[in-house]
Amino acid sequence: MTKTNFTRRGALKTGAATGAGLALPTIFTGAAWSEAHTGFTNAPQGSTVTLGFNVPQSGPYADEGADELRAFQLAVEHLNGDGDGGMLQTFSSQALDGTGIMGKRVEFVTGDTQTKSDAARASARSMIEKDGAIMVSGGSSSGVAVAVQALCQEAGVIFMAGLTHSNDTTGKDKKANGFRHFFNSYMSGAALAPILAAQYGTDRKAYHLTADYNWGYTTEEAIRSSTEAMGWETVNTVLTPLTQTDFSSYIAPVLQSDADVLVLNHYGGNMVNSLTNAVQFGLRQREVGGKQFEIVVPLYSELMARGAGENIAGILGSQNWDWKLENQLGDRYSGTNAFVQSFGQKYGFPPSQAAHTCYVQTLLYADAVTRAGSFNPCAVVEALEGFEFDGLGNGPTLYRADDHQCFKDVVVVRGKENPENEFDLVEIVEVTPVDQVTYPPDHPQFAGGSLGECNTGA
Amino acid sequence: MTDQTQQTATVTQPRPRTRSSGGILGLTKKDFGLLVLVAILTIFAPVILNPFPAGSAMAQFNAGYPDLMQRFVIFGIFAIGFNILFGLTGYLSFGHAAFLGVGSYAGIWSMKLLTLNVIPAILVSVIVAGLFSLIVGFISLRRSGIYFSILTLAFAMMSYALAYSVLTPITGGETGLQLRASDPRIFGGELMPGMTPRATLFGMQMQDSTDLRFGAWTFTLNTGYYIAGIVLLVAFYLSIRIFRSPFGMMLRAVKSNQNRLNYTGLSPKPYTLAAFVISGMYAGLAGGLLVAMDTQVGAERMFWTASGEVVLMTILGGAGTLIGPILGAGFIKYFENIVSTINKSTLESWFAFMPDGLQDAFVAVIYPFVGKGWHLTLGLLFMLVVIFLPGGLVQGGSKLATVFRRDRKGGGVEDDAAAQRQAREE
Repeated sequence: MTKTNFTRRGALKTGAATGAGLALPTIFTGAAWSEAHTGFTNAPQGSTVTLGFNVPQSGPYADEGADELRAFQLAVEHLNGDGDGGMLQTFSSQALDGTGIMGKRVEFVTGDTQTKSDAARASARSMIEKDGAIMVSGGSSSGVAVAVQALCQEAGVIFMAGLTHSNDTTGKDKKANGFRHFFNSYMSGAALAPILAAQYGTDRKAYHLTADYNWGYTTEEAIRSSTEAMGWETVNTVLTPLTQTDFSSYIAPVLQSDADVLVLNHYGGNMVNSLTNAVQFGLRQREVGGKQFEIVVPLYSELMARGAGENIAGILGSQNWDWKLENQLGDRYSGTNAFVQSFGQKYGFPPSQAAHTCYVQTLLYADAVTRAGSFNPCAVVEALEGFEFDGLGNGPTLYRADDHQCFKDVVVVRGKENPENEFDLVEIVEVTPVDQVTYPPDHPQFAGGSLGECNTGA
Repeated sequence: MTDQTQQTATVTQPRPRTRSSGGILGLTKKDFGLLVLVAILTIFAPVILNPFPAGSAMAQFNAGYPDLMQRFVIFGIFAIGFNILFGLTGYLSFGHAAFLGVGSYAGIWSMKLLTLNVIPAILVSVIVAGLFSLIVGFISLRRSGIYFSILTLAFAMMSYALAYSVLTPITGGETGLQLRASDPRIFGGELMPGMTPRATLFGMQMQDSTDLRFGAWTFTLNTGYYIAGIVLLVAFYLSIRIFRSPFGMMLRAVKSNQNRLNYTGLSPKPYTLAAFVISGMYAGLAGGLLVAMDTQVGAERMFWTASGEVVLMTILGGAGTLIGPILGAGFIKYFENIVSTINKSTLESWFAFMPDGLQDAFVAVIYPFVGKGWHLTLGLLFMLVVIFLPGGLVQGGSKLATVFRRDRKGGGVEDDAAAQRQAREE
């Protein structure tokens, strides 16, 4: 198709150009300027240390992201000795004294995950490569958490997960450099089951609507296995597309079945829409075989409750933490009020559970560095593994060494019938003690992963 | 493609200057100059993109860190490929991210199952994306114009939905795919449990970097970036050759008047399909490079916004021009990664020298446009470019060049006129 004219001149020119092109990169491989050896990635130089807060600022979880960022800013303020100190006074480890971390003033950089794993990794890499962040925290979905956790493992920095509920984060995708304070799907199931049995009886038929992605699968599995263990029967499980906004066509078959409980394994906008549809279809007034029909939402969040409005009245779900814990259930949950007070003073409203977990993660990291006496990731990992602490709002808590998951009480809440204001939408039903939500590290729902070795990046 | 090929040869014979002039690498002097320019930009990007000293307040605007430089280059390749379809044939594909995503998944499976070497991974990406684009193209190209765009968009969203949920065993669903030490690799030996698998090229690791320090300045030279850079140069060279070839001429003919082409007895279908597959393979190449540089893939890579992004890149830079798509890609990625990280406290520190009230006012005015508002700023710029520079940034560049060269030559319009007059005189 092409007629080629080879000329001697052309061949010579081509050869010279190709040769020059090939030779160019080799100039750089021989470069002898090597950086000062520090022993690990982004060892803090000078009088400051940089943390990276990677939260969704756009996309479906932007509200959670904004609240997380507020909490991070508050945590940095407290670490640097500004403000009222928040949980620093109630924290059982008193290593932190408000002079930054090991005398270095804490600075931070922020990024937008857009709730996309690609964008989240790009943003985290820019924090690590450009801004010299020694720790990355935040995130508001499991896909992002898993992606960024793996990145931090490769790069040799610590990842303190924000809001991520899927079992995988500390299950099949767990990493030595990653830590999760938030609870997970299994714990939701284990915490809800006894309370569901007490409230609705052990002879129930459940119908599951599940968001068609990883978090949905693990949550459905967790709720199914724990409710079936106490005698419930699962009538049907239906996957719904993540982008679905109208769930009428999924709710209608529920009316045809003989189910008397609907479990909505949905989060965010999905949950707001499916719950609203379910209520519109009159499921709350329905009776099946003499039993009142009930709806369950495994993972509750204040921000979602706000979106669903009055439809959440009377609906059960689980939470990692609630700002009313200490007031209603006493000293066991100390730290809660200290945090709520300083957060409220600064921003004018109570914090969400996303804000709480991010604040606590930042403090836990700073404390681990101080106790280890080094920013070296492996030293931090060692300090956090098996660390038992109290006074951070969740009662006595353990950072388990086997999977870097926190074990603590789980709060079961119910939507209020008559909320007084938009921040007080749920009431605490009960708290499931930590023993009931603890599982062995090799539990089948968490199988298939290994922590690996901690990585310093050097 | 026998008789059509002969036709092509006859069509283009009157304009043989591109090949028979015996230029370097078979390029004209001007095109070779362009290639050299891109090569120089690529080689010195770590220096050019880091104009501010590391500790200074302006360091916020430095873009010379490995991740972003890799993205500049990779999305440059993606946009070059897209431009071969859109710029030459005028077919606006709204689903090109699907090929990028498919290439990425193929690449990571190659690294999971074959070897950690990036070359097989990239080859597999290109081939799989090529096959996928052959199927999509064969169906979508039955229609043109808006219907074609909608069809490609539908395919891309289908791929996204499949990857996100139904195909979770293959794609990892929401959490995506990553390399693991336990992957059953055929070549390349066993990894100790606990070791982190990393993409390599004959022992060189993609994330290896050397820092050059000159006083306060730090320049990071990254292995992965230079490998991607070499691929960019090859891709750019190929695109110049395609633009200047008889085949490229046929694609332009499709764009200018498809009916006339039909009346001359030529079927445009094989040409458009070939262009579609070529640009799909470019997208696959970009996808393969993405996983080679950062060994992870998520389904969001195929979302329609990602497809829209490459359209923006191409139009912003200048559709149908050679270097435009690369400029557009760099522009958008810069905004996404740099402007989005400017937060309120950064702004406050910039305006700290002002009195309190004035500082607050400045921050309040600028804040909506940076940080999470980067989309807004990009949108405004895009509007300005489309309204005032319909030819994209390339047109802006040539307008600027005209200003500086006024003494020597007139504007582009006069150039054309001069050429026509010359032709008449001959």
